[in-house]
Amino acid sequence: MKRVMPFGILIAGFCMPVWAQQTSSPDLAAQNAALEQKVRDLEDRLIALEGKVRTMQAAQAAPAPATPAPETQPAAVANAPTEAAPQAQQQEPVVPSSASPVQGQAQVASTGGPLPNYGGSSSAAKALNPDISVIGDFIGAAGNANAPPLATLPPAPSLQMHESEIGLQAIIDPYARGDFFMSFGEEGVNVEEGYITFTALPAGFVAKVGKMRSAFGKVNMMHNHVLPWVDRPLVSTNLVAGEDGINDAGLSVERILPAPKGIFLEATGQVFRGDSGDVFTQHGRSDVSTVEHLRGYKDITESTNLDLGFSYARGHNDATLLSGAPGDFVTQLYGVDATLRWKPLRRSIYHSFVGRGEFIWSQREELPREQRAFGFYTSGDYQFGRRWFGGARFDYSDRSRYDSLTDKGVAATLTYWPSEFSQIRGEYRFTHYAENRDSHEVFMQLIFSLGAHGAHPF
Amino acid sequence: MQMMAASTRCSRTPQGLKLFSPLANYGAAQSRALSKQCVLLIIALVFTCLLQPQFAAAKKLNVVTATTDMAALAQEVGGDRISVDAIAKGYQDPHFVEAKPSFLLKLRQADLLIVVGLQLEIGWLPPLVTQSGNPRVQVGAAGYLDASQFAEILEIPQGVVTRAMGDVHPLGNPHYWLDPDNGRRVAKGIAGKLAELDPGDSSYFQERFQDFDKRLTAAEQKWDAEMAPYKGRKVVTYHNSFTNFAKHFHLDVMGYVEPRPGIPPTPSHTLDLIGQMKRENCKLVLVEPYFDLKTPNSIGSATGAKVLVYLPSVGGEKQVTNYFELFDYDIDLIKKAFQ
Repeated sequence: MKRVMPFGILIAGFCMPVWAQQTSSPDLAAQNAALEQKVRDLEDRLIALEGKVRTMQAAQAAPAPATPAPETQPAAVANAPTEAAPQAQQQEPVVPSSASPVQGQAQVASTGGPLPNYGGSSSAAKALNPDISVIGDFIGAAGNANAPPLATLPPAPSLQMHESEIGLQAIIDPYARGDFFMSFGEEGVNVEEGYITFTALPAGFVAKVGKMRSAFGKVNMMHNHVLPWVDRPLVSTNLVAGEDGINDAGLSVERILPAPKGIFLEATGQVFRGDSGDVFTQHGRSDVSTVEHLRGYKDITESTNLDLGFSYARGHNDATLLSGAPGDFVTQLYGVDATLRWKPLRRSIYHSFVGRGEFIWSQREELPREQRAFGFYTSGDYQFGRRWFGGARFDYSDRSRYDSLTDKGVAATLTYWPSEFSQIRGEYRFTHYAENRDSHEVFMQLIFSLGAHGAHPF
Repeated sequence: MQMMAASTRCSRTPQGLKLFSPLANYGAAQSRALSKQCVLLIIALVFTCLLQPQFAAAKKLNVVTATTDMAALAQEVGGDRISVDAIAKGYQDPHFVEAKPSFLLKLRQADLLIVVGLQLEIGWLPPLVTQSGNPRVQVGAAGYLDASQFAEILEIPQGVVTRAMGDVHPLGNPHYWLDPDNGRRVAKGIAGKLAELDPGDSSYFQERFQDFDKRLTAAEQKWDAEMAPYKGRKVVTYHNSFTNFAKHFHLDVMGYVEPRPGIPPTPSHTLDLIGQMKRENCKLVLVEPYFDLKTPNSIGSATGAKVLVYLPSVGGEKQVTNYFELFDYDIDLIKKAFQ
């Protein structure tokens, strides 16, 4: 019996785990499931954390949150008086260290130099930099320009680095964003546009202040690199100051108006100093120019839409009295623009069509009589492949200073996109000048884009 | 804008007309007394008009999303307390949406804008947001939600990023919604945001999310089981929009029809891909609905692989109206292709 006892215990001992295992197998499965759940929860938490880190990194680039901005200023102000006593702080290094380390750092940073140094050389500092982009616009020209002396088309040399546009864009604060476009031409630098846009105004208003291309029609708003042609239409060089267009310092207010049946209606009012190329010239502070624009847009189908615009501009011109003294003469411009777009959504990256037309009437007061000029262009651009576009344009325009002189022209373009960031375009242009001179020209353009250039309005 | 619309609505009410029309018949004294009333009435009307949109807003949150997938997820958790509208269509390339002014009409009224993020919409959404004149949905405002923060993001480029890599997204692959786990995480995030904007309904949104979570878990088990036999199978896709799906269902995306993201197919790359597919015995090419089928079809005929249009987004086909149907459709498609 005594022998059997240890044996029995031994057997029982062996059996115990087996029995335990048998009874606990559902337990184990539950444990397993719980563990799996826990791992999944942990994974979720990790992903949420990763997301938070990403947004924090992105938030440094995006708007400074509303609270820190005012905070930093009082801090700087508060530091200004204490600058007289930086030694006092230095003498008591124990005080900041006994305070929270963050506070200590802040004090060291603020007393370190005359100006607070935000960022420094760490890579995180770059997060606050604006989006920087450069767009190169190289144009080669061939053929006989044969332009008469009074023609307005700008001369095109055989090879030119026509423009290098630098864009600096960022969100300024929770209430506004800023956009700068510096245009480095062949002859000099020009702030093509530089303005602040207030995006958080009440009642749906959007306001811009700075130097900007005015909202007169469509082509006037376009930067060179978004034009569907190498050049600008005759009507815009003859009547609306050509490449620079109505581009002036001033302010702009726009608002979407209520309209029925899904129509988009937007009104824009702008006031400028009154200096825009050869269109507007200011002689005194009261010679401001104004531009008004009303835009109506409707989706006809999901792939087709129609965009109509009515523009009016008024400002003083450079006409003089017979004595040669500057006179009080006004130029008024009326414009109608229409754009028909077609883009099938399922094949939007392969095929599209844009038909455009702009009609402009100019009334220029001068002596001995008012000049009333009219001009227009119509054009069509068809995308026949992912990278290929073909287009044609018809030009007709009087000259604003000589309304009896009418220039006409046609142009054909072929465009190739190696990628979204570069574009090669060829254009043939025929111009028949009022002086009965003809010119046949061929242009070759290469546009290339570096960095993050913000999308332009539709 | 809402106020303007509301005020015109108010002035057209029948009571308003009745009160004002007899004015001409009254004498001077009476009209003075009446004008006082009128002023009071106008003030009252103005106040009600001013207040009205706020009440309306409190009832139903106006949610606009960049893509249909975010709309589908928002609808799951928002139920009937929100109205949702997506900007891009499900069969449209979300990288290249035209910033049409008609979208401004939607954005202008929005209380919440949900974007996919990771620079997917960088080509078209920022100018819309700026022009909307709606402070609620500006970047960084309470009504702007970047859903990518909730999701597991793959293919975050390491090291130097240049455009020699094509249209690469420096923050990672933005097509993250094709993993049901990410769908759940995003839905949870949206529920949180909705509760923040409409605290009165927070328990409702939470319940909706719990319910969605339950249904998604059940569906996921079914999908996982359906896809289990095809673990490790190799596929080729046109664009790299399939990464998260492949990861979740253990497929192996061995190549892309595009030589680099956003760069159209080139003959040399296509030949390389055909060779690779033959070597590795890849029998399926998946194409997003917005890409041309010419190159994929020629790859298919050269390798004997099936070429199928899969749906990266809800609404890619008419019958795919919600997040569940999206996976049902794609899994069904892939299952049949492998059978």
